[in-house]
Amino acid sequence: MPLQILLVEDNPGDRRLTQEAFRDINPLIRVYVAHDGAEAMAFLRHEGAQAAAPRPDLILLDLNMPKMDGRDVLARIKEDEDLEDIPTIVLTSSEAEADIVKSYQLGANCYLCKPMHFDAFYSLMKSLNDFWLTRVKLHADDREVGQKASLGRGLPTAETNFSP
Amino acid sequence: MALEVLLVEDSPGDVRLTREAFRAANEAVRLHVATDGVDAMAFLNREGAYSDAPRPDLTLLDLNMPKMDGREVLSRIKGDEVLRSIPTVVLTTSTAEEDIAKSYELHANCYFSKPVGLEAFEELVSSINSFLLVTAKLPGQGNADASDTQEQGPEGIGK
Repeated sequence: MPLQILLVEDNPGDRRLTQEAFRDINPLIRVYVAHDGAEAMAFLRHEGAQAAAPRPDLILLDLNMPKMDGRDVLARIKEDEDLEDIPTIVLTSSEAEADIVKSYQLGANCYLCKPMHFDAFYSLMKSLNDFWLTRVKLHADDREVGQKASLGRGLPTAETNFSP
Repeated sequence: MALEVLLVEDSPGDVRLTREAFRAANEAVRLHVATDGVDAMAFLNREGAYSDAPRPDLTLLDLNMPKMDGREVLSRIKGDEVLRSIPTVVLTTSTAEEDIAKSYELHANCYFSKPVGLEAFEELVSSINSFLLVTAKLPGQGNADASDTQEQGPEGIGK
């Protein structure tokens, strides 16, 4: 898969909208979903059933979630030598100054507020794709894997080479 | 409200291009320039001639500079309790994987390589402006009374 996003979101409606938006905006993006912070950390650390989880190119992180909230996930990612370099974007309905400041202090790469209406949400996801996944330089090693994989997908004979 | 942007850049040509591009992109941006890492740290810590310097809403940081390079500036910003919440974006000619990886490790908010060509450079500044300064929420742009807002997604699809 060329570009892998880990979406950490407990709200089923928001999960579905985000997945649908990305499917439409950029078919090369694969969205993985974690339903709470604990699941996100298991995914990132390849624990249990997530042993084969890929390293995401980008993380979209909700703040208010059960079990382990987004602030805690963010702190753990940014204190972990193996994970701290994964761009992590807070995507929340909170517009509280305290949440914004705290997120940047914890090392969030960016903070986005979920708009109330679907059209605005869709265009936010489109801007996110255009900016973070097109303009911003992500890790070249991740990107190269992505480019090879996308080449492979275009060549039927090479398809099997890219199975996990 | 003015948006304070600190550009840390030793090349006068790039300073000029960036200034012109921001002027075209967003009239609210006030661009401050530091020409090396030492100058940048003095600005951020309000030392000497910079005692009245504003806290930047965004810092754009070149990597290769005299005196103190961008990696060192980045590491000092992100290692400082007070400064670390300032979004700090690397803007450099380097496309070296080593520089990209190191910058993210040091908690750069994002990394751009300067494009070749005036038009491409203007487009990049315009997209930095529209995404990071207009679309994203920066410290100081939040709602002070909304600390316990109820989670509510698009169209109010709730829990």
